[in-house]
Amino acid sequence: MLGEQIIKGLAVTAKNFFGSYVSEERLPTLQYPEERQTLPEASRQFPFLVFDGDDPMKGLRCVACQICEKECPPKCIYIVKSKDKRVDYKGQMQLYPATFDIDLSVCMSCQICVEVCPFESIKMDTDFELSNSDRFGGLLVHKQQLAKSNEHYRKIHPNDAAISDAALAVEVAKAQAKAKADAETKAKVAAETKAKAAAQPAPAA
Amino acid sequence: MFDCFRMVHEAKTESGPMAAGLANPAAAPALQNYQLLPKPTGDGELLEISMGPQHPSTHGVFRMDVVLDGERVVKLKPVFGYLHRNHEKIAEGTSYLSSIPYTDRLDYFCSMTNNWAYCLSVEKLAGLQVPERAEYLRVILAELTRLQNHASLCGFLTQDMGASGTPLMYAFREREKILDLFEAISGARMMCNFMRFGGLRCDAPIGWLEQVKKVVAEFPAFLDEFAALLNQNEILMSRTQNVGVLSKELAISAGITGPMLRASGVNYDLRKVDKYGIYDRFEFKVPLGDHGDVYDRYMMRVLEMRESIKILQQALPQIPDGPIVDPKAKLRGFRPKAGEAYGRIEAPKGELGFYLISDGSPNPYRYRVRPPSFVNLTILEDMCLGHTVGDIIIILGSVDIVLGEVDR
Repeated sequence: MLGEQIIKGLAVTAKNFFGSYVSEERLPTLQYPEERQTLPEASRQFPFLVFDGDDPMKGLRCVACQICEKECPPKCIYIVKSKDKRVDYKGQMQLYPATFDIDLSVCMSCQICVEVCPFESIKMDTDFELSNSDRFGGLLVHKQQLAKSNEHYRKIHPNDAAISDAALAVEVAKAQAKAKADAETKAKVAAETKAKAAAQPAPAA
Repeated sequence: MFDCFRMVHEAKTESGPMAAGLANPAAAPALQNYQLLPKPTGDGELLEISMGPQHPSTHGVFRMDVVLDGERVVKLKPVFGYLHRNHEKIAEGTSYLSSIPYTDRLDYFCSMTNNWAYCLSVEKLAGLQVPERAEYLRVILAELTRLQNHASLCGFLTQDMGASGTPLMYAFREREKILDLFEAISGARMMCNFMRFGGLRCDAPIGWLEQVKKVVAEFPAFLDEFAALLNQNEILMSRTQNVGVLSKELAISAGITGPMLRASGVNYDLRKVDKYGIYDRFEFKVPLGDHGDVYDRYMMRVLEMRESIKILQQALPQIPDGPIVDPKAKLRGFRPKAGEAYGRIEAPKGELGFYLISDGSPNPYRYRVRPPSFVNLTILEDMCLGHTVGDIIIILGSVDIVLGEVDR
C-alpha cells in the first residue's frame, strides 16, 4: 500500500514523542547556571601556569625556555625572559618569565604546550566561563592571572597531577643526587689538590 | 575481489510507480507519467542564479553558479575557496607536531581519522612502529568516527529533503553519545587532537572501554529505529531514486572515493586494499550499490554503519594491554630524515591522504592534503544536469562535503 511506510515512520516519531515524557534518559536538558554537567577528567579549556608554595610569582615552575611559545600552533603565547636568575624547585639557578601572556582569543585549546613542556609548568584548566566585555585587553591574560597552584591542578586532573608530581619527585631526587655527587667530587678534587699541594714542595726541597 | 555484498533496493514492486521503476529498470518508463515538470525545450530563456555561499543547504560556505532552463539545470559551476585558510602553507612553516591540531579542523566531523591519516604519513616518513594497543584504539576511534559521521550525514541529507529536523535530531542524539566518548578520552568533543606519531597521546581512561561497549551495543537499536523511520519511506524513495546517477566509469575516471564510489558499484575500500593499521584482522563486508543514485548513497551510509559496528564488536574484546606510543617517537626536536611519504586511509568521506616531503629540518618541506570531499565535489555538475533545483540540494547533500576540508 502506498503510504504504508510513511505511517510506520510516523509511529516511530510518536513513540519518541511520548517516550520523551516517560523515559528519564530522554530528558537530557540541564538548567545551566544552576545545574552543571560533570566534565570528564580529560576535559581541557585553556592553559594555566602551575606554581608551588604560597607566592604565585615566586613559585612559578616556568623557566622561560620558550619551547611552548615556539611549538604553539596559533602562536598565542608571548614570553620575555628575565634578566636575573633565581632558585627553582630543584635548587638550581634558572631564569623565570618576566612576561608570560596568553591571548585567549587566539588559543585553540590544543594542549600542545602542555605536552612539550619539559618542566611540568603549564597545564590545561577546565574553566570555560571566561567571557569578557573588553575584547582586546580582557582576553589577553598575564602571568598573574595564569598562575594557579598545584593544589588546583590536583583537584581538576587528579590522575595527571599524580603522574606529574611523581615525575617532578624523580627530577628532584636526581638533582639532589647529582648535587651530592658534585659536592663529593668537589671535595675529593679539593682534597687531592690539597694533597698534591702538600706533596709538591717535598721533591723541590 | 574483496569480501563484499551487493545492495538491492528492497522496493516492493506493488507499492507504487516510483518504487516499481527502480527495482526493475525495464519498468522505468512508468515514471514518466509522474513527471510534474515539463522537460526543457531549449527555446526558453536561460536563467543564471547564484546559490550560496550563504544558502542554508549548501553545508557551509559553498557557492554554485547554476544556469537554469525553466526548472532544469543546464549548467552548474561549483565555486569554493570561501573557507580557505592556508592550511598547507601554515603546516610547512611549523613543526610536524604543531600541524596535528590543524588537521582536526579539516573535516571537523572526523578529527580522529584526520589525525590518523597525518600520523600515518609521518610514521612512514620517520619509520615509527605503532604499538598493538594503540592500533586497536585507533581502529575503535576511527570506526566510532565513521558511525557519527554517517549518522549525521543521514540526518542532514533527510533535512535537505525537507524532513525538517526529526531524523537529524535522532541522528544527533546518537552522535552526542559518541562525542561524549571522544571527550572522555581526548578532552574535546570535536577537536580531539589525540593521535601522535607512533601512537596516541595518552591511554584510555579507566572504564572508557566499557562505555564504548555500551554505546556500541545500543547503536543497532538506533539503526533499526532509523530504518523504520525512513529507509523505505515512499517520499524519500521518490525523491532520491534515479536522482543524481553517477555511473561506474565516470566515478572511476573522476577519482571519486569512499561511500560515493561504492554506491556506484565499485568494490574499492582502502581498509581492504591497503589493510593499513590492523584492518586485516577484522571480518567485515563492503556494501556496494547498484544504481549510483542518491538513494544508494544514502543506503551505503546506513549499511556501512552496520559493518562498523561489526568491526567494533571484534576489536573491543581483543584489545591488549601495553604501551600506547613508540618509545622512539620524540615530541620535541622531531626531525625525520630527508625523504617523502604518502599516507592514506579510508576516512568516512573517502580516501584521505597526506603527502609529505622532508628535507631533514623540523618542518616539512612540502605538505599536501588529498581531501576526499574536494575530489568528490568535482563531479557535481555531471550528476546535476537535467535535474531540478530541489534535486541539486539533495545531490550535494549525498556527496557528504565539509567545507573545512574542501577549501583547507
